[in-house]
Amino acid sequence: MRNILVVFTKEIKSYYSSPIAWLLLTMFAAIFGFFFWNAVGYFVSVGLQSQMMGSGFPMDMNEMIIRPLLMNVSVIGLFLIPMITMRLFAEEKRSGTMELLLTSPVRDIEVILGKWLAAVTLYASMLALTALNFSFLFMHGSPDWKPMLVGYLGLLLQAGGLLAVGTFISTTTKNQIVAGGATFGVCLLLWVLEWVAGYETAAWAKVLAYMSVVSHFEPFSKGVLDSKDIVFYASLIFLGLFLTARSLESLRWRA
Amino acid sequence: MIKVEGLTKRYARNIAVNDVSFEVEKGQIVGFLGPNGAGKTTTMRVLTCFMPPSSGTATVAGFDVLKQPHEVKKRIGYLPETPPLYPEMEVGEYLTFVGKLKGVPSSELKRRVDEVSERCSVSDVRKKLISKLSKGYRQRVGLAQAIIHNPDVLILDEPTSGLDPKQIIETRELIKNLAGSHTIILSTHILPEVEQVCEKVIIISKGRVVAKDSVENLTNRLRGAEAVAVEVEARDGQPLTAPEVQQRLEQIPGVSRVVFKTERDRRLQFEVESLQGRSIRADLARTVVEAGWNLNELRAVGLSLEEIFLQLTATEAAAGGGQQ
Repeated sequence: MRNILVVFTKEIKSYYSSPIAWLLLTMFAAIFGFFFWNAVGYFVSVGLQSQMMGSGFPMDMNEMIIRPLLMNVSVIGLFLIPMITMRLFAEEKRSGTMELLLTSPVRDIEVILGKWLAAVTLYASMLALTALNFSFLFMHGSPDWKPMLVGYLGLLLQAGGLLAVGTFISTTTKNQIVAGGATFGVCLLLWVLEWVAGYETAAWAKVLAYMSVVSHFEPFSKGVLDSKDIVFYASLIFLGLFLTARSLESLRWRA
Repeated sequence: MIKVEGLTKRYARNIAVNDVSFEVEKGQIVGFLGPNGAGKTTTMRVLTCFMPPSSGTATVAGFDVLKQPHEVKKRIGYLPETPPLYPEMEVGEYLTFVGKLKGVPSSELKRRVDEVSERCSVSDVRKKLISKLSKGYRQRVGLAQAIIHNPDVLILDEPTSGLDPKQIIETRELIKNLAGSHTIILSTHILPEVEQVCEKVIIISKGRVVAKDSVENLTNRLRGAEAVAVEVEARDGQPLTAPEVQQRLEQIPGVSRVVFKTERDRRLQFEVESLQGRSIRADLARTVVEAGWNLNELRAVGLSLEEIFLQLTATEAAAGGGQQ
């Protein structure tokens, strides 16, 4: 446990002492800010329209602003996650510090968990930025915070899975760009897989659609906690970390 | 302290280390000498539990590298060929991190960091970023991280490579000062380095150990010594034993070593080596004849080490310019 913390602390420090974390946070804040501004603008214009028509039907902030925004964050994440994980092991392999880690009295799994948790924490700090935007909604309205909480949980789970896969890919190369590129490809693929469900209903299409990380997030965005989706993300996290552990072990044999 | 038996490391296409065996006693400094690609780094990587051996065993302080890697790792300090440094960290921060990683208790951590910084003379750069350090300082920080947990065994892979002559001397001094409290294995392809620093030498070439000896013996053998193959036979079928002959030959002035090779049809074959710059063939012949034995053969043989030595000295000449 102590070792996980040692590796975790080191990773967090190196994220925030390099431009990576700040670049990611800035990019995310800008992109999310734009989406937020858009969503609120649309909400306001629809609200004005319905008032002018005199109908004044009840408008739901959760349904019209928060839910689509959380879906957006889920997709933005796919683009940013490769940048979080690409350096995790590739950098250590390139600079030779891998030898330090693998010859220290720490278990491989402690190194992996430390690194992965640091990546999840960086992602969580990006999510924390959205609270700033959402706080305006609470100032001027009264959205329900419970479904939001479920949404955030879903985002963390989804990112956890993809970050685990990215961590694995990072162990396979010395080159950060290769690691980042491959992770991006996998993230993208795991997103678009659900599109097949739009026109095809055969069993294989269902399987492909099931593998899509974004489709499993949809219930979370509505505030629905479904064990099926939690199991999916938990399996993805486990698979990614398991592959990372195996990859490190094979690295020792091939070295 | 370190015991290696029949160590072999195979890769898909080649054998990096082939049946290597040696022992290192507590407190010794042992030089691992050999040309590039001889298998030095691979052997060290097995000892540090970075990679497992294909076959054979290695134990450090009584712990097997395959079965109890955790215990071995606690007792080993390792400086790989490129010091494993994080450029974005400050020196003090880095040493603290490695200390934690190596399991130094938090209560002692600060004291240990102070101590190794002092010992490796990096105290003055503790607040500097590692990326801003010169090569010599990096090497010293690398050494400091290797001894942060006060390990029983220190394994240093080419600790002086790429340093300028002044830094090389400083690093060698530092290593000598570390001896006594630590058992040290250091690899190098520079012969004088071994002479200056080590007590014992293991020469490795193409994955095999070709010589293990004390530094004095080895340098004598390498410097202008000659080796002579001798075949001795008893006259008139009298009994003759190898130790008897060996003892006699060893008494000849100028002989440094007598090795019994084989016995065939009561003919005993020896290899006799001379001290530096001494010719012993005449004395050898006289001794054998005077003892009443037949001298069947007396033939100068090339030292098998010579070739390796040439390679090594050639590398040293290149390294003298401060580059490799």
